[in-house]
Amino acid sequence: MSAIAIEKNSSSDIAAAIQSGVNKFPSLRNQREEAMSEFVKLGLPAAKHEEFKHTPIKPLLERNFDFTLANPKAKISSVKEFAIPELEANVIVFVNGLFSTEHSSIISPETQISILSLEEAVEKKSEVVLAHLSKYIDLKTDTFANWNTAAWTSGLFVHVPANTKVEIPIVIYHIHDTSNGQVIAHNRNLIVVDENSSVTLLEKYDSVEKANHFSNSVTEAIVAKSAELNLYMIQNDLGNRFQYGLTQIHQADSSRVNTFTFSLNGKLIRNNLQLSLDGEGIESHMYGLYLLDNDTIADNHTVVDHRKPNSFSNELYKGIMDGNSKGVFNGKIYVRPQAQKTNAFQSNKNILLTDNAGINTKPQLEIWADDVKCSHGCTSGQLDEEALFYLQSRGISKDTAQAMMLYAFAGELLDNIKHPVIKNYLDQIISERLHKNF
Amino acid sequence: MLSIKNLQAKIGDKQILNGINLEVKPGEVHAIMGPNGSGKSTLASVLAGREEYEVTEGEVDFLGKNLLEMDPEVRAREGVFLAFQYPVEIPGVSTINFMKTAVNQIRAHRGLQALDAVSFLGLMKERMKLVEIDQSLLSRSLNEGFSGGEKKRNEIFQMAMLEPKLAILDETDSGLDIDALKIVSNGVNKLRNKSNAVIVVTHYQRLLDYIVPDFVHVLYKGKIVKSGTKDLALELEAKGYDWIKDEVAVEL
Repeated sequence: MSAIAIEKNSSSDIAAAIQSGVNKFPSLRNQREEAMSEFVKLGLPAAKHEEFKHTPIKPLLERNFDFTLANPKAKISSVKEFAIPELEANVIVFVNGLFSTEHSSIISPETQISILSLEEAVEKKSEVVLAHLSKYIDLKTDTFANWNTAAWTSGLFVHVPANTKVEIPIVIYHIHDTSNGQVIAHNRNLIVVDENSSVTLLEKYDSVEKANHFSNSVTEAIVAKSAELNLYMIQNDLGNRFQYGLTQIHQADSSRVNTFTFSLNGKLIRNNLQLSLDGEGIESHMYGLYLLDNDTIADNHTVVDHRKPNSFSNELYKGIMDGNSKGVFNGKIYVRPQAQKTNAFQSNKNILLTDNAGINTKPQLEIWADDVKCSHGCTSGQLDEEALFYLQSRGISKDTAQAMMLYAFAGELLDNIKHPVIKNYLDQIISERLHKNF
Repeated sequence: MLSIKNLQAKIGDKQILNGINLEVKPGEVHAIMGPNGSGKSTLASVLAGREEYEVTEGEVDFLGKNLLEMDPEVRAREGVFLAFQYPVEIPGVSTINFMKTAVNQIRAHRGLQALDAVSFLGLMKERMKLVEIDQSLLSRSLNEGFSGGEKKRNEIFQMAMLEPKLAILDETDSGLDIDALKIVSNGVNKLRNKSNAVIVVTHYQRLLDYIVPDFVHVLYKGKIVKSGTKDLALELEAKGYDWIKDEVAVEL
């Protein structure tokens, strides 16, 4: 079969499959129709596409999915096995992309925070939702965001009113049950944190059974003046997980955002994390850790857009690639002409454990202002042999020496997590992965 | 304790050791001196098991066992310790955690139970005094941002923790001012006893004012060309290495 025929099939198959749902929400009709037509125009990204040249998402999806199929029924009896132990949280569960009332439980009082499914909020014509949904994402270029915007049927809406510190985190478990075949889910989250408020949100992705499954998620967050958002993403699913995610965060004056992205397992992971620093005195930290093995591909594309003066951004992404895995890091920093006195820092460090593992790292700084402090650095290489020998020369076995060095490398990310239960949970997963035995 | 016979070693295609013979008995201090490039540090590295070096000939017997067959960690567990000329910086690994792991893996090798946290800290506090090292330094990442003197003191602290039977000090005096040199030497002297031995590898005599050797060996072109007492070190300090080179040239 020729490549041209496949291309025609995939986007027209997708378009046909989602067509009936485009008019699901009357109040969103315009944006969904527009997104649909943009998606048909763009199609899935070709192999030569600049933003996908190391991540063959199109052939991987085409080879592994039939886009004409509807999702099968799910039969999850409990979410306990996926839950983070001892974490007091507002628990939200999506099964095969659909909000599950049965498994979700909200413990924070309604006066403090409103948490409801996005579809319910849209049906109630929530003014906050209609004011913000799809407002900050770039529908001209991001084909997956268009696909999601036209196709989503279920999602989460979180609204923290002004002057409210929500101590109890919100944890979203995305669970795919593939026992009756492949799953394709389009989740959509909208998080609005009003002035001088704070909230923590964690998303975790899991699955049961062996058929392929694909998440195409979009999260939009609006962080108002002096507000704070902590966002965690834990991607530690099985090898039949395909995932594309866009997280678009819009920050106002003096707001603070901390993001933590842990990509630990799966078949294909592509994270687009985009921060728009549209105010002064903003502080943003982006932390990422990818521990890859087997034939996992994990691709982190990040954008920090400094649009106003006097803000600070710091990005630290680290990766360890084992087996035949492949990591991709692309970090864009934009400093607009009016964004004087910007401080923007970026660092990407990688360790390759085998000859077949790979990393493509690319910092991309575009600076139009002249009075700024920006720096970036990236490293990739094997474990330091001299350091291994040093540890061995003190009586430590080579395996332990290697685990010590890898854990120390990865542990720098853990040091930045403030929530003790989340930190402890991630520490345990990472320790196990790196065979920590000391 | 240590018996080296006709030891020859190379790195890549370059032959560096050309037949070393050396006997070290318990309680002794041996100094290995020699001009730059004579093979002093190579000898230290080969004994500790650094992989880049290939032993092409010879034998090394350590307490009745073939040292050359052992992995570096096994040599350490059997009682060999190398104080590095350039101690490695390892971000994210604290000296305390690293030493706890080392001590307990060595104890396991010797059939001893692991030290619990309390006993370990007790031992550590006691040994810290020997080298006048501060606990705050040991809580930090291993050697990261340490001064030259702090790194060398940390080496001797590790030696104090691991109580080796044979300690090899590779150019431990390099980069030390006189005060640090005294502290480091003092630590080594306190650790000496009848049942352990020390090999001091050094270019200069000044360290030997503080760690007084029983024997001094001059290494040149990968061979021990002269051995003597501590007076030989003084002679070398006064006359330099050229007369040794001349003597060797005449013999050849």
